[in-house]
Amino acid sequence: MIHLTDRAIDYDALSEQVRRPDCGAIVLFLGTVRDLTSDRVTIALDYEAYPGMAEKKMREIEEETRKRWPVGDMVMVHRLGNLDVGDVSVAVAVSTPHRAQAFEACRHAIDRLKELVPIWKKENWADGSSEWIHPEKSGLQ
Amino acid sequence: MMKSMKLCVRLFARARDIAGRDVIDVDVGEPITVSNLRRRLAAQYPALAALLERSALAIDKEFAEDDRIVSDGAEVALLPPVSGGSI
Repeated sequence: MIHLTDRAIDYDALSEQVRRPDCGAIVLFLGTVRDLTSDRVTIALDYEAYPGMAEKKMREIEEETRKRWPVGDMVMVHRLGNLDVGDVSVAVAVSTPHRAQAFEACRHAIDRLKELVPIWKKENWADGSSEWIHPEKSGLQ
Repeated sequence: MMKSMKLCVRLFARARDIAGRDVIDVDVGEPITVSNLRRRLAAQYPALAALLERSALAIDKEFAEDDRIVSDGAEVALLPPVSGGSI
């Protein structure tokens, strides 16, 4: 299951959502808003998605992950809007029969999400300036 | 008579800030390839050209290759590089 939300991600609920008797392992990844990038201080981030396409790519990543690993259940959530330092911006929870599969599947899903899903972030720096982050090397190119 | 075809291109993040709006129109006359659309966009909106070079284009919510034909009524979006994040 995937979704985008403007509200705080209830990350405790996510591991419960994928916990099931036929799976002996759950891996939960949380991406949180970091306070420093090199030596620049972040006050807040804004996340923006291309609605429709972001969900579509996330669904494809779920399908792709399920094809490669014996996933019992998985949830991918991305938060949009204005986030404070420390807030959870993205979460991936995966359950599989054994732990190696859960680590690999979760890693794959978050890496692909960062590479392929049209969601952008704007840094709001402590000096009052802000900038959209569009790195030179990116998966969308 | 010259056919008239106008494509609307959705903009996000810095591209929207540069253009000052979230949709721009491009006059293309007739269905064209994605790579020709890129050239038209850059010519019509020079301020976007540098970012456009590093951006993907999506047609109907799917990444579009350069030789893809963009037809009338297609939903076109300019997708600047995503933040990705250091691993």
